Amino acid sequence: MNLRLSTGPHYLHRESTQTLMLDVIIALVPTTAAGIYLFGSKAAWVLAVAVASAVICEYIFQKLAKRPVRIMDLSAVVTGLILGLNLPAEAPLWLPAVGSAFAIIIVKELFGGIGHNFLNPALLARGVLLASWPARMSVYFMPTRVLGITSAVPAGPDAVSSATALLRPQGYEVYDLLMGNIPGTIGEVCKIAILIGFLYMLFVGTIKWHIPVIFVGTVALMTWLLGGDPLKAVLSGGLLFGAVFMATDYVTNPMLTIGQIIFAVGCGILVTVIRMTKAYPEGVTYAILLMNIATPLIDKMTSRRVYGTVKKHA
Amino acid sequence: MEFTLTNFLLFMVNCILTNNFIFSRYLGCCPFLGVSSKVETAAGMGIAVTFVMGIASLFTYMVYHYILVPLGLEYLITISFILVIAALVQFVEMFMKKGMPALYNALGIYLPLITTNCAVLGAAILNIDNQYNMLWSVLNGVFGALGFLLAIVLMAGVRERLETSNIPKSFKGFPISLIIAGLMSVAFLGFAGLGGM
Amino acid sequence: MPEKKTSLRGVFVNGILNENPTFRLVLGVCPTLAATTSATNGLGMGLAATFVLVGSNAVISMLRNLIPDKVRIPAFIVVISTFVTIVQMLIQAFVPALYDALGLFIPLIVVNCIILARAEAFAAKNPVIPSAVDGLGMGLGFTAALLLIGSIREILGSGTIFGNAVFGPSFEPMLLVIMAPGGFIVFGLVLGIINAIVNRASARKGAKA
Repeated sequence: MNLRLSTGPHYLHRESTQTLMLDVIIALVPTTAAGIYLFGSKAAWVLAVAVASAVICEYIFQKLAKRPVRIMDLSAVVTGLILGLNLPAEAPLWLPAVGSAFAIIIVKELFGGIGHNFLNPALLARGVLLASWPARMSVYFMPTRVLGITSAVPAGPDAVSSATALLRPQGYEVYDLLMGNIPGTIGEVCKIAILIGFLYMLFVGTIKWHIPVIFVGTVALMTWLLGGDPLKAVLSGGLLFGAVFMATDYVTNPMLTIGQIIFAVGCGILVTVIRMTKAYPEGVTYAILLMNIATPLIDKMTSRRVYGTVKKHA
Repeated sequence: MEFTLTNFLLFMVNCILTNNFIFSRYLGCCPFLGVSSKVETAAGMGIAVTFVMGIASLFTYMVYHYILVPLGLEYLITISFILVIAALVQFVEMFMKKGMPALYNALGIYLPLITTNCAVLGAAILNIDNQYNMLWSVLNGVFGALGFLLAIVLMAGVRERLETSNIPKSFKGFPISLIIAGLMSVAFLGFAGLGGM
Repeated sequence: MPEKKTSLRGVFVNGILNENPTFRLVLGVCPTLAATTSATNGLGMGLAATFVLVGSNAVISMLRNLIPDKVRIPAFIVVISTFVTIVQMLIQAFVPALYDALGLFIPLIVVNCIILARAEAFAAKNPVIPSAVDGLGMGLGFTAALLLIGSIREILGSGTIFGNAVFGPSFEPMLLVIMAPGGFIVFGLVLGIINAIVNRASARKGAKA
């Protein structure tokens, strides 16, 4: 079955959304597989509940609101999967269920559904979960298995590591940071898998390179200027995952390339600043959300009408 | 609090981002919800509030420390501050009309609404509660208002974008605006570690 | 439509239901957000505002023929802030815990638009008794709204109601609900749901007629 070939004229919009979302899902396959391999069946359950909750909530809301049910456009699957990959593998299963419900109902459907959410639903849901259950969300676990040949010791499921690789990246080898033999959320640890997904999306044209590359580049540059190790700053925490899969969400970043560059630089600066303050284990979620909020203004400034030519007040 | 560059910058970040008047302190929500459907008008309101809040912080500081405290009338703080603010807004309006007609044309319509903006009275009382001296009081007023300006302009940007969205009928207007503000406030939690206060 | 000659009962019920200041007119947003981190705080703020509303409505109605039209707004503000100062002192003396919880938002009752709006729209045009009843109805409508939102936020965000645990020890409360974003989101959702109920009810009424 090849869904991408079925270009019915009646459902042009739906089909194109579906194709796009399918490509994102394909790009997420390596990350998902690596996460499940590293963290075991617990990770698979978290991801399954996140996806199921997202799809079910979307179906119920669209039925109640008497809107056409559009779960087949797969956007809810993507939201659920990305949220799940943003959670620690040891999360109790109600956490992905609540998070996906919030993402779909409050952040997406209340605003009119796909294309109208002004924030990335999965990211906002992560922000909500992080603020609501900090003890559940900011404690990271070491993978139960290792990828490749490494000196890192796989820890049992009981081993809790609240100090993430981010807080002491010097404690990990670059090789382990790349492979994912570090504590973290299900999806963010294995950088190789994320890069494979990034290359796939570039290759099929789902995303352009600007946002991820400039975002990550800004963080590397700023970390270097501040005297840190730029390579480890890039490879630790959720930076690569956020830059590749969340900052690139079409709906919530600027329309024009120049706007996207401003967006990416802003994300990079905010991530570095929030990481510096150490109030949170990672700043990627809030950095992208804050730039999502600024996106309408960035679009306004970079559009043809010169900003500052205010219309006369009545 | 000593006046140093570090303290000044921390105070600024703290007032504008970390303890944003709207997103974290709930001050000034009525104009924030009421005058945020267009970016230009939102910016006008924000600038007018900044202007008034700076001056009001100065005047209420003087009224409290030079009139109420010497006379032992501290319990009249609420009644005297609201009258000072109401008079000040009237005065600013008259002064602007005569002296700065261009500015008046741009901001004049927002001025009467500011008397009942709880951010202005809120900032004035916070200055006293936190025992700021005159300089920090004025800075608190100005930076607090700049935080309000930032919030209302961001809000207006999002609301302009959502004009064509298919929002459920019962949620149009205030409910969705409150939810937008709530979601923005979640993003602003990212600034929690900044400001160091 | 209701009868032209409004009865006292009509005036009272109007404030609680048809023109509920929080849910129908959406006035006084700041205290609604700030004072609803728990059911107790919501109730306390609601009753404090009710006290001010009844008092200021009654006094303004008494003075309505004495106050020159030009200075009526400053005069109203003086009356209102006098009552706010009284209520502030009463709370500080008798319920210090509530005084600490509501903090800045007690003096800010002065700029609660509900109170000035009722002074201008009702008390300035009506006799003393109906004005006081209008203040009572509006105040209790406001109190009911704050109590509802405060209860929802306390149950979800702390797992308690009036300080008593509602769930078993395994319940992990959703902290966000009692944080700043939670206020906006819960108020927005409750407002939207009430709108939906009202819309449905009026659609049914329209279909019958």
